[in-house]
Amino acid sequence: MKTNDLILQTTTKVVLFIIILFSFHIFFAGHYTPGGGFVGGLLTSGAIILLMLAFDMKTVSQILPVNYIYMAATGLLFAGGTAAGALFFNVPLLTHAFGHVDLPILGDTALHTATIFDLGVFLVVVGVTMTIIQTIGEDE
Amino acid sequence: MKEMINFLILPLLIPFLTGILLIFFAKNVVIQRWIAAISALFNVVIAFLLVQKVRNDGIQTLDVSSWQAPFGITLVSDMLSALLVLTTTIIAFTSIIYSFRSIGVEREKYFYYPALNFLIVGVIGAFTTGDIFNLFVFFEVLLMASYVLLVLGGTKIQLRETIKYILVNVISSALFVIAVAYLYSVVGTLNMAHISVRLDDLGQSGIITVIAVLFLIVFGLKGGIFPLYFWLPGSYYAPPAPVMALFGALLTKVGVYAIMRTYTLFFIHDTGYTHQLLMILTIITIVVGVIGAIAFSDIKKIIIYNIIVAIGVILFGVSVMTPDSLAGSVFYLIHDMVIKAALFLLIGIMIAITGTSDLRKISGLIRRYPGLGWTFFIAALVLAGIPPFSGFVGKVLIVKGGFESEQFLGAGIVLASSLLVLFSIMKIFINGFWGTPQDYKGETNVPVRKLLIAPVILVTISVLYGAGSEIIFPYISQAAETLANPSVYIEAVLKEW
Repeated sequence: MKTNDLILQTTTKVVLFIIILFSFHIFFAGHYTPGGGFVGGLLTSGAIILLMLAFDMKTVSQILPVNYIYMAATGLLFAGGTAAGALFFNVPLLTHAFGHVDLPILGDTALHTATIFDLGVFLVVVGVTMTIIQTIGEDE
Repeated sequence: MKEMINFLILPLLIPFLTGILLIFFAKNVVIQRWIAAISALFNVVIAFLLVQKVRNDGIQTLDVSSWQAPFGITLVSDMLSALLVLTTTIIAFTSIIYSFRSIGVEREKYFYYPALNFLIVGVIGAFTTGDIFNLFVFFEVLLMASYVLLVLGGTKIQLRETIKYILVNVISSALFVIAVAYLYSVVGTLNMAHISVRLDDLGQSGIITVIAVLFLIVFGLKGGIFPLYFWLPGSYYAPPAPVMALFGALLTKVGVYAIMRTYTLFFIHDTGYTHQLLMILTIITIVVGVIGAIAFSDIKKIIIYNIIVAIGVILFGVSVMTPDSLAGSVFYLIHDMVIKAALFLLIGIMIAITGTSDLRKISGLIRRYPGLGWTFFIAALVLAGIPPFSGFVGKVLIVKGGFESEQFLGAGIVLASSLLVLFSIMKIFINGFWGTPQDYKGETNVPVRKLLIAPVILVTISVLYGAGSEIIFPYISQAAETLANPSVYIEAVLKEW
């Protein structure tokens, strides 16, 4: 029997973007306030899971042809790379650099290498969560 | 060139980055093998340089992310830690090259090498960290990787044992956090050197003894001392040989190392209770291990019970707490890691040839495989500690320490255990290698020569380790000195204190 999930699908198409934008907001907010890569990553995976619920896994993997294991590995590479980057400057591992940079449009912006680390965390969280969900979902 | 301050982190960072890189090459087994082997060999060299550096310049410390000790996480490489890191890298390398011909392409495609590298990260991290909570974190890292390695392949016995293994370790991890929380609530710090200072100021009170016993339970569960070893013979029985070698040589020894560290750095004020308890448990551990090693006629089980014996012997040396016995423990610990790895790899070949681990179904292997037979014979002598092999030196020192502090019963049992260990291992040699040669199904497919490379490297190292004990001993005694005298460790970490 085919279930009618028109309402869910229509709502998802709108809500999805709100969730993803909010997850980015949370991700960047984590710099000074509660939030960060972990929560942001969970929200993004929440959005993708919603997409999977509304449609089905096949459709979603067509929309987002991502290998989530590689995604997690890329995230690890970002985080590990940021940590190891300290070696090139001969400062203790994980020491981060920061400063204010005058960017066009955005103006005076505080940039911080911790953000790259956090991006790594974000990717790992999305990658791992989606791998787990997919593995469970595939298991009929 | 300016001195590289991050040097001690390299043995940890290399397998970490290698592990990540290997995930991308999951489907290309040949590239994976090359990368894994080269990086592991490179890591051996780095670890060797680290040992030399500690020998020349003393204890190395690194305040990660530039937070000064005791506020941030500090990594500490004293001689004990550096030596264990070196041993770990050697065992990692040999297990990797042994895996090429034995583990099977299916496992290799499913993230075997990444998991192996992450296991090494956890083990080396646990040996290197100077922060008790960070120790917990690295325990988790190595446990996660060990879950993967244990279950990978998905045979029935593996699935069954993995469930037990995960259950035991989840409980023990929970206890670990509880123990750390108790300790933190008493001393208000997590830096291991700082904890030692604070405990010194406080003196031993009842609560600290309780925490000491709690830590003993946690690490004893990982290390497999009596009565907490119950999960070990089952779980270590399940995975294929190279994984068994990694587990048997490394994982239990992390628990042993943690007991060594905490019982020489933290809980040294009420040794009448804590170390006495440890001693009683280790003596029973030896006895139980020996009984198991003699009773079983399954080659895997015999070697697994020999792990338990060794853990008892090493920790007996720690519980005696004389400089001699500590040096003996360090010496024996490294000896045991190398030779256990070698033995697991050797019986892995025997099982590959015969298709069984039941000793009663194996005989006459030496006729067709003399190389395997004689390597096993030498490994057996090394394990039992026949002079001049390396087991001897360690045991002599441990027994000497035992006699000096008038622990005649314990020292006597350590001595007697060597004889019985020799008996248990010779049982494999006599029954398995002597007697009438048999034909085994599928034995022609086993690349025995190529498989022998890794165990031969390990046996050679342990023979040299025994023969060159004159050269090696200064390193060992430097490691034992730090254990016997915590102020060296504390000064190196906290500097101005």
